[in-house]
Amino acid sequence: MTYEDILLELIQKDDRFIVLTAENRAAIRNLPNKVKGRFIDTGITEQTLIGVSAGLALRGRIPVCHALATFLTMRAFEFIRTDVGISGLPVKIVGGFSGFLSDGNGPTHQAIEDVSIMRGIPNVNVFCPADEEDMLICLRQILEDPRPFYIRYNNFKNIYSHNHNFEIGKAEVVSKGKDVTIITYGLMFGESYKAMNMLKEKGIDTGLINLRTVKPIDEATILEAVKNSKLIVTVEDHFKTGGLYTILSEILLKNKLTADVLSISLDNKWYKPALLNDLMEYEGFTAPQITEKIILKLN
Amino acid sequence: MTEKKLADLKNTAFNVRQHIIRMSTDGGCFIGASLSCADLIVFLYKEFLNVNLENLDDPKRDYLFLSKGHDVPALYGTFAEIGFIEKDRLKNHLKTNDFIYWHPNRNIPGIEFYSGSLGHLLSIAIGVAIDCKLKGQTNKIVVILGDGELDEGTIWEGALVANAYNLDNLICVVDRNHFQANIETEKLIPLESIEDKFKAFGWGTGSCDGHNFESLEKAFSIFPIKENKPSIIIADTKRGKGLPSIEARADRWFVNFKPEEVEMLLEELKGGAEADLTSETIVAR
Repeated sequence: MTYEDILLELIQKDDRFIVLTAENRAAIRNLPNKVKGRFIDTGITEQTLIGVSAGLALRGRIPVCHALATFLTMRAFEFIRTDVGISGLPVKIVGGFSGFLSDGNGPTHQAIEDVSIMRGIPNVNVFCPADEEDMLICLRQILEDPRPFYIRYNNFKNIYSHNHNFEIGKAEVVSKGKDVTIITYGLMFGESYKAMNMLKEKGIDTGLINLRTVKPIDEATILEAVKNSKLIVTVEDHFKTGGLYTILSEILLKNKLTADVLSISLDNKWYKPALLNDLMEYEGFTAPQITEKIILKLN
Repeated sequence: MTEKKLADLKNTAFNVRQHIIRMSTDGGCFIGASLSCADLIVFLYKEFLNVNLENLDDPKRDYLFLSKGHDVPALYGTFAEIGFIEKDRLKNHLKTNDFIYWHPNRNIPGIEFYSGSLGHLLSIAIGVAIDCKLKGQTNKIVVILGDGELDEGTIWEGALVANAYNLDNLICVVDRNHFQANIETEKLIPLESIEDKFKAFGWGTGSCDGHNFESLEKAFSIFPIKENKPSIIIADTKRGKGLPSIEARADRWFVNFKPEEVEMLLEELKGGAEADLTSETIVAR
């Protein structure tokens, strides 16, 4: 089962589904011939893509629209905010090559503020799957939900077998830890999972939370980790401002709590363009580097 | 057009202008653009669109999208005249107990979508037009654009996409009142020839006098204008039409008149003397 298979299945069983792109077909290359009129390519027009999607949603459709995460969430930002956010129409906004996934493209293509700006729009929710398996487990529910969603598309192969029980707004608790809990979303789940195992091997009791939906956020699971772990580590391929570190800060303030927190994120900078593994090494996001940073913080 | 029909349209447009003028105080409104498109909106609802109180939720109704948005007093006024909303409700303009504010929103029956941010509703209308075609429905989808709004890049994205998808159920109307917010269009970002530009994008084009109902009827009698293609009609209008004291003036875009000025303007609309306006002009909002 692939991402395309699920879209095709939904299109065939439910008249409401319709797939769009602003000339980025990476995730949906095989669909046009299979679904005919229910595949619409507006050309390189991210703003019009969102407007057309909202128009289709106004007519009762559930449009699933695709483009590069940077251009989709930023060039078309005001269209998402105004035409999808204000109306609350069920447009599903799928951003490709977000975070570190745009590897060698350079800063023009780095969507590392997408989560921040999408979660800031009333009515718009945010789904950041850990990998392809996680994405496919959750996808039907996200697409069938009557609310607008931004989806950080992630077809990275899984190194962990995910829990098949999914509920919007509920995180996947991979492990609980008294010393450390790593909270993460999206692509950085893989390195975080490996780091958790490395820490456990060193006798450090480590927990791991895969958020799945960053909005709505699973506040209860986060609060439980804050209460039961000495250190909270947030890992994200995103700017420090506006992402998970900010969300955690908001939750702590709201509950009049404080915590020892280590944020592994991009602090006010774009990342070095290179192949994925090389850039993660350069920026300090590999599992051994995450492990080392956590041990340093614990000491 | 029969004399009776013409008289009825003129009478409705006169009433709509009265409503607009009454909304130009106690907070004010964008009076210039509202008066320029009043005849056009009255014509569309009374003579062209298949939309009425009974079929407002019917997916087979015709759609009107007011893209430029700030001329919504003309729409509120028309809705009051054709019964979509109670006339008394217009008194709620800018009041917190209602949703009758400076830009369109879906809380008012008959308003199809939020607007006011320029360059949005052509793309929304394209989505609706594509869906109507997919479902084999023959609804007409009308979009009213401001001439200044044509500066927005998304208008030209939409012009490309509507042509690519052969949306012959889509018709744009430009309220060509010759003004941006603060200045004449041709003195800032020249638009002419609008028709030639859209022709080059593959559209069928037409033009008319946007204050003459017979001219409007003629322009809208052929649809689509070009086989298989979207249509655009340039309706030549005058900012502030109906009130010589503010017609075609750059400084009477947004106004907030004193109550006594409103009374003078209502007399002026009936053919009385030009109002002696002393309130401050507001050129930017």
